[in-house]
Amino acid sequence: MTAATPRLSRLPRRPAVPPRASGFRLTRLRRTVRLGIKSLWLHRLRSMLTALGIVFGVCSVIAMLAIGEGASHEAQEQIKNLGSQNIILRSVKPSEERKVTDKANQSYVLEYGLTTADLKRIKETIPGVTVVVPARVMREYVWNISRQVDCDIIGTVPWYPSMRNHRVAGGRFFTEAEMDERASVCVIGAEMLEKLFPLEPAIGNHVRVGNNYYRVIGVMETRGKATKVEETENVKSSAPNRMFIPLETARIRYGEVLGKQRQGTFEAERVALHEVTVKVATPDQVIPVADAIKNVMERNHKKKDYDMVVPLELLKRAERTKQIFNIVLGSIAAISLLVGGIGIMNIMLASVTERTREIGIRRALGARRRDIIVQFLIETVMLAGAGGLLGVALGVAIPHFVSRFAGMVTIVTFWSPIVAFSISALVGVIFGIYPAIRAAQMDPVEALRHE
Amino acid sequence: MSPPIVQLLDVHKTYQKGPVTVQALRGVSLTFNEGEYVSIMGPSGCGKSTMLNLLGCLDRPTSGQYLLGPDDVSQMDDDALSAVRGARLGFIFQSYNLIQQLTVVENIEIPLYYQDWPEAECREVAVELARLVGLEDRLDHKPFELSGGQQQRVAIARALVNDPLVILADEPTGNLDSTSGAEILEVFDELNALGKTLILVTHDDDVARHSHRTIRLRDGRLESDTRR
Ligand SMILES: Nc1ncnc2c1ncn2[C@@H]1O[C@H](COP(=O)(O)OP(=O)(O)OP(=O)(O)O)[C@@H](O)[C@H]1O
Ligand SMILES: [Mg+2]
Repeated sequence: MTAATPRLSRLPRRPAVPPRASGFRLTRLRRTVRLGIKSLWLHRLRSMLTALGIVFGVCSVIAMLAIGEGASHEAQEQIKNLGSQNIILRSVKPSEERKVTDKANQSYVLEYGLTTADLKRIKETIPGVTVVVPARVMREYVWNISRQVDCDIIGTVPWYPSMRNHRVAGGRFFTEAEMDERASVCVIGAEMLEKLFPLEPAIGNHVRVGNNYYRVIGVMETRGKATKVEETENVKSSAPNRMFIPLETARIRYGEVLGKQRQGTFEAERVALHEVTVKVATPDQVIPVADAIKNVMERNHKKKDYDMVVPLELLKRAERTKQIFNIVLGSIAAISLLVGGIGIMNIMLASVTERTREIGIRRALGARRRDIIVQFLIETVMLAGAGGLLGVALGVAIPHFVSRFAGMVTIVTFWSPIVAFSISALVGVIFGIYPAIRAAQMDPVEALRHE
Repeated sequence: MSPPIVQLLDVHKTYQKGPVTVQALRGVSLTFNEGEYVSIMGPSGCGKSTMLNLLGCLDRPTSGQYLLGPDDVSQMDDDALSAVRGARLGFIFQSYNLIQQLTVVENIEIPLYYQDWPEAECREVAVELARLVGLEDRLDHKPFELSGGQQQRVAIARALVNDPLVILADEPTGNLDSTSGAEILEVFDELNALGKTLILVTHDDDVARHSHRTIRLRDGRLESDTRR
């Protein structure tokens, strides 16, 4: 024959003791993983499309959790700022309908809301109440020479800041002495500081409201978005800025009647107190005290001209909402991962059929059933795992972009990528096991004969 | 005479397909010795492949005994049979049966791989065998890049890699033209000259002439057993 004729002089001889790879399980695993990559790479488009199901499942779970967590965190922050041991009562104008019928009466002054009598009753009859903060709200323009700001002027008591978790950033809040002597002092919100005093220092200067001047003695810290709940709860106080003056000062300056120019008609309202914050000693007293206050108020107000906000209840409601949200999310996640898993199983079953002959060859060359199972299982897990990793990457990136461009708070908790990834790997195992067993159960002779 | 390494004792193989019972083998007793070169012949459907599958531990006889070396293979479970195939048998098929996504060397390595040989030694032996069958410059080619003859040589290298007791070949030249077929037969001759035991199934008298012993089957029974 030609030069190509092989010279079989040095055939391998079986070693007396066959060599064993040290740590052979690991060696075998490494080989199987490499083989799996090769097989998946052979059909790379198919593998990629299959993994996409898992990618989207994992990615949406992480992203939705992050957005939900961010939203609920924000809500809870806002509620906490109202004070979890507080109960807030607000005066609310009775419904429009009543107003129209009353309007037939010309010399009409709309009288509604919380009264000092309410305040007294709450203080005296309900046990567990430790502090009560009344407040009046007047909407006015505040001036510094030619600069003007639309503002809610809040007449309140000196302990308002500590009750509402709203701290003084500079200067100080007014004292009891100042309230008693009805001093013309004010504490302005951080938001209006820039607009009224862009150049000169605010503290020590004066602002004008109508014909009265107030000396600025302090500046409150920014509340940012945290005021949102308060503003939506109380539509009336929707002015962007707030200024605080002593309650007694407000009483002599504005009297009991507040006049308002609105839509061309003059309309007078008599409101004694716009807001009363009641603080109880311990959080577990909040609900009973709230019930008691409700009783007292219902007995004394025929019209529903007040509104009660219990931040603790809001907090509990927010927590319940979050729980429901998590359940819904969990179901969506479970379904999407289930769909992804079924996709993987489908492909793996097709792959097993397609590779019947390969399975037969491997069995003929010494592969045990469990070797075949491991081979196919590793392929499935790698497919799901790769999808999971990509999903985690996307799932962490998406909330980032959401907060960047939509301005929403998102929180990717450290465990959510871990859980999502583990679940995707688990999906690989669960949906891979059946095709793998199918592969291993094949009769080697039949498998070898397969076209 | 060299010692017997393969013994079939009154082996039956019956296939049950619904109501139909096919008796593929009806009582075959045979002994093969070390270093023999045996061809199995007979008309289509007489049970040649069935017998080779039994010899190759891919299947178990319905009744009868099969002794491979000292062991009674007919009593072994699936895992033990896999171990026997991987360690003591070499297979060569008509349609080569190489794994498409693996290269030439990787295909040759497979039997060692399932016996947990260290990677370096697998590679060394596989490369050496690829060289012996004249494919040293094709180590990293995939099967579809090779001719039929070359693929069959890869299969031969793979069948040799575990130093098997017996090499079993089912119509190894069936898919090849006469030139490549002749090359393969020459390799077989050399292997036998080196003391390898070969059993091959063939329809071709020219192929059978290379062997030293020809067994003829008819309807699942032994018809003749001639030595040259
Ligand atoms: N898995 C099976 N199920 C049912 N019957 C089978 C099976 N395998 C083989 N047979 C039957 O057993 C008999 C022997 O088959 P076998 O494949 O051994 O023949 P053969 O001698 O190899 O034929 P050929 O030369 O055509 O390859 C045939 O009648 C065949 O139909
Ligand atoms: Mg046949």
